[in-house]
Amino acid sequence: MKKHGKFIVTLSVISIFLYSATAFCLSDAFKNNIYNPGTLKPIDSILKVKVGDSAPDFSLPVVFGGRISLDQYRGKKNVVLSFVPAAWTPVCSDQWPGYNIVEDIFDRNDAILLGITVDNIPSLFAWTNQMGTLWFPVLSDFWPHGAVADRYGVLRSDGITERALFGIDKKGIIQYIGVGDINKRPRLEILVRELEKLEKQ
Amino acid sequence: MNNKMKGVPISVATIAIFLTLFHYLAFGSNLPPEKGGVLPEIKIPVPVNATDRSYLGLKSIGLFKIPQIKAKVVIIEIFSMYCPYCQKEAPEVNRLYSIIERNADLKDKIKLIGIGAGNSSFEVEVYKKKYNVPFPLFPDEEFSIHKCIGEVRTPYFLGVKINDDGTHRIFYSQLGKFKGAEPFLELMLQISGLKQEK
Repeated sequence: MKKHGKFIVTLSVISIFLYSATAFCLSDAFKNNIYNPGTLKPIDSILKVKVGDSAPDFSLPVVFGGRISLDQYRGKKNVVLSFVPAAWTPVCSDQWPGYNIVEDIFDRNDAILLGITVDNIPSLFAWTNQMGTLWFPVLSDFWPHGAVADRYGVLRSDGITERALFGIDKKGIIQYIGVGDINKRPRLEILVRELEKLEKQ
Repeated sequence: MNNKMKGVPISVATIAIFLTLFHYLAFGSNLPPEKGGVLPEIKIPVPVNATDRSYLGLKSIGLFKIPQIKAKVVIIEIFSMYCPYCQKEAPEVNRLYSIIERNADLKDKIKLIGIGAGNSSFEVEVYKKKYNVPFPLFPDEEFSIHKCIGEVRTPYFLGVKINDDGTHRIFYSQLGKFKGAEPFLELMLQISGLKQEK
């Protein structure tokens, strides 16, 4: 009976492992360096902004040097903010490499993409290097920890951010907010559709 | 422990065992296809595009299985538009296609297809357009094919030999290691047996 019990426990553990496996972060570019936190609570924060609001301004350090503030694009470019939860985690690690091949779509819609995480610069440097050369700047919202994410209402209770997209027009007005299930990559077609709407504003 | 509590782990275990069996029945062994084996039951929509349909020798509409492709060898690339290595290797994989298509002796014998793991039709089209991919690419938006083939990382290459009687066998199953169009083609010709058939 005892032996039988051990077998059941072993099989249960294997089953749970099988079901917790994620199909994301597929690229061999990251080898085995991705930490899998398992399935997380889909959304764990409450938005503090809404469509039609003025986007809260910020100034954050950029991975490859300098700082970027949101208001430097006012009157010049539409802006997409892409918050991803954390470096070296599934989903996030292949979301931006996908955006990296659609620079032309952003150009066509006179938009810039700003990638933001709450990781520090050294960690972001190492992580984004695995993605190839990114055409868009990656900003660190590390200190004060997640302050920008918190102003937008996408800082989760464990200190990482939601997987969130904000579309901001040239007047600095938020025209799109997409906060999806943190465990899933948002479909590119949704972002493209919103980009086209931004340019028509 | 009271009797009620004793029942809890057994119930959890029973559910877990059931789920395991279901998973295996639904998705196979969840391991990458092995050399010498056969492909799992994969059905793909026949391309709407007439060029792709003609390239694959598919006449019907609806769904097809990879061994129904009119060829002696099918090379399958499991890719993702979100995968930096796939992006980097795309031009070289295109060159492989061109070398095959320019060779009168090989063009009807070897066909290439790509399956975009977790990619929607839109995302596959973005990748196809970005890299001018000349061979058919298929979306696998819900990872259903990807799960059948062991949730491999990308890019992953499978080589399938299709026999005259319609049976097939996998002769190549490998993550990455695409060292260039010519050496890869030479390897495919050697291990598929096509070279010896010439």
